[in-house]
Amino acid sequence: MAKRVSATNVTAYYGGFKAIENINLTVEPKTVTALIGPSGCGKSTFLRSINRMHEVLPGARVEGSLTIDDQDIYDRDVDVTAVRRTIGMVFQRPNPFPTMSIFENVVAGLKLNGVRKKSILEDAAEKALRAANLWGEVKDRLGKPGAGLSGGQQQRLCIARTIAVEPQVVLMDEPCSALDPISTLAIEDLMFQLKDKFTIIIVTHNMQQAARVSDRTAFFSIEKTGDPGRLIEYDNTQKIFSNPSVKKTEDYITGRFG
Amino acid sequence: MTTTVTSHRTQPPAQPASLRAKRLPWYAAPAIAVAALALSAALVYGTDIGGPVLVVALGAVLYLVGLFAAATAVEGRRSARNRTWSALIHSAFVLAVLPLVSVVWTLVSKGTERLDGNFFQTSMNNIGARDANGGAYHAIVGTLEQVGIAALITVPLGILCAIYIVEYGRGKFAFAIRFFVDVMTGIPSIVSGLFVLAFWVLVVSPWFNDGRPSFSGFAAALALSVLMLPTIVRSTEEMLRLVPAPLREGAYALGVPKWKTILRVVVPTALPGIVTGVMLAIARAAGETAPVLLVAGGGAAINANPFENNQSSLSLFVYQQAGDASKYAPARAWTAALTLVALVLILTIAAKLLARRNRLSR
Repeated sequence: MAKRVSATNVTAYYGGFKAIENINLTVEPKTVTALIGPSGCGKSTFLRSINRMHEVLPGARVEGSLTIDDQDIYDRDVDVTAVRRTIGMVFQRPNPFPTMSIFENVVAGLKLNGVRKKSILEDAAEKALRAANLWGEVKDRLGKPGAGLSGGQQQRLCIARTIAVEPQVVLMDEPCSALDPISTLAIEDLMFQLKDKFTIIIVTHNMQQAARVSDRTAFFSIEKTGDPGRLIEYDNTQKIFSNPSVKKTEDYITGRFG
Repeated sequence: MTTTVTSHRTQPPAQPASLRAKRLPWYAAPAIAVAALALSAALVYGTDIGGPVLVVALGAVLYLVGLFAAATAVEGRRSARNRTWSALIHSAFVLAVLPLVSVVWTLVSKGTERLDGNFFQTSMNNIGARDANGGAYHAIVGTLEQVGIAALITVPLGILCAIYIVEYGRGKFAFAIRFFVDVMTGIPSIVSGLFVLAFWVLVVSPWFNDGRPSFSGFAAALALSVLMLPTIVRSTEEMLRLVPAPLREGAYALGVPKWKTILRVVVPTALPGIVTGVMLAIARAAGETAPVLLVAGGGAAINANPFENNQSSLSLFVYQQAGDASKYAPARAWTAALTLVALVLILTIAAKLLARRNRLSR
C-alpha cells in the first residue's frame, strides 16, 4: 500500500528562477517525514514536485528523477492524473469545493474519476470521514455545504477527501498553519493513525510539530535570497533535534537564524 | 517660518481632552431640510422664476450649505465634512434611481391601457388606421425566437471561448482572441445588422430560397449573436478568473483531469456570475431594433417559422407603432414596451433562480 519515495538530483525552476537544486532523499514507506527550513527555502516547491503539482504553474519545471517504488513519475509516458491519484495532497488553506456538500466533497475524487455506484460512494465517504476523525461531527449533516464547517473541520474534510481516493503517499503543505491549537492537535493525532497505511510527507514551519509527529526530518536552507534551496541535513527526527551533524541545522533549530 | 512648518508635520495632533463631542440634535437635519425647502419655495415663487422642480433642486443645495454651516458651528470641521459627503452620496443615489423610477412609472401608467387579452392574442394583420384593436402576438413570437436562437448559438460558444482564454490560452493566439473580442464589444448594432444583411440575407439565403434573397428571423438571430457574443465572453472570462486557484489545485491533487476540473469545479463555482452576464447579453439583444429591421424586415402577420419570410420583434413593433399615424398606435407601442421590459425581467429572475437551484449557495 504505502510506497517509497526517492528523489535523485531534483532541481525545480519557476521560469528562469532556480528554486531548489540537487535534492537527494529517500522517504521510507509508512513513516512521517517532516520538511523544515526558513521561508523561501524550497520546501513547498519540493513537496509539490513530488506529485507533479509544481508544473501546474506556468513556466514551472522539474529536472532530475523522482521515483515511487522504482517508477519514475517524470517519465514521458507517465499519466499525470494517475500520479496524483497515487500521491495525494493537503494544502495550507482548507479548500473544500464551495458548490458541493460535505458528502460530495469527500467523494469528489472518486465521483469525478468515474465511480457512480451510490453504495460504494457512501461506504468510501464514511470510511474516509472516520479515518479523518470527522465522522462523528458531520454524520448528521452530510448534505450541508462543506464551506459551512469551521476551519479545522474543513481541513479534516480536505484530508478525508484526499484519503478517500486511497493514495499511497499523502503530502501535506503546512496543513495546520491556518488552524487553532485544538484543530492542530486533532490533525497531528490523525497523522499518527494514517501512518499505518500511508507514507506521509509534511512541510511545517512549526518545529515542535515536526518533532512531535515525524520519524525523519529534512532540513532545507538557502545561502541568501535568490539562491536555490538545498537539502542541508536529513536524518532521524530525534537526531536532528538533539544532536544535528551540521552547524547550520543546529543554528536553525535553536532559533539563531531563520 | 520653517520651524512652524516642521513642527506642524512632526507633532502628533493634539489629544482631545474628552472622547465626547458636541453633536447636532437628531431633529437638526430634518429641520434644516424643511427650512431649506421653505426658503427655496419663497425665493422661487416670490421671484416667479420656476416651478416645483427648481424648488426641490434649490432646496437640496440650500440644505447642503445649511447642514455644513450648522455642523461646522456645533460639531467641528471633520464632522461637518462627513455629514456633507454623506448627504452628497445619498443625493447621487436618488439622482441615479430617479430615471429608473420615472421609466417604470411611465411604462406602467401608459402601458396598461392596451394590456388586454386581445393584445397578446392578435397580430397587426389587417389592422387599419381606424381599428382600435390589434396586438403584438407576432412580435412576441419573433422576439422569443430570435433571442432564443441567438442565445442557443452564443451561450455555448461564448462560455467555451472564455474557458479557452482563461484555462488554456497561452501566447499570441489567446491574446489575439481577447483583442478581437474587445473590438467586437464596440460594434454598433446597425453594423452587425449590415454585416448579416450583406453576408447571410444577400449571399447565403438565396441558396435556400430558389435564388431570391429572403429576410428571416434566423438572420436577425445571427445579427443579435454578433452583439451578444463579446458580452458573454468577457463576463464569463471575468467570472472564471475569480475562481480561486487553490480550488483547481485541490481537484488536480485528487487526480481529476483538467477538463473535468473545469466542468465540475470551476464552472459550477462561477455559475451565478456567468448567468448574470448571459442575462445582460440577452437583455441587450432583446432591446435591439436596427438589426431586426434590416435583416428580418418586420411584418404585421404571425410568422412562427424563423427560417422563412419576414418576422417582427417587440422592439421593432414599438418603433413602428410609435411612428404610426393611427391614433391607436401609441397605446400599442407603450404596451409592447411594457411587455418587453416585463419579459426581460421575468427571464432574468427565472435564470437567477435556476442558477441558485444549487441549494448550497445562498
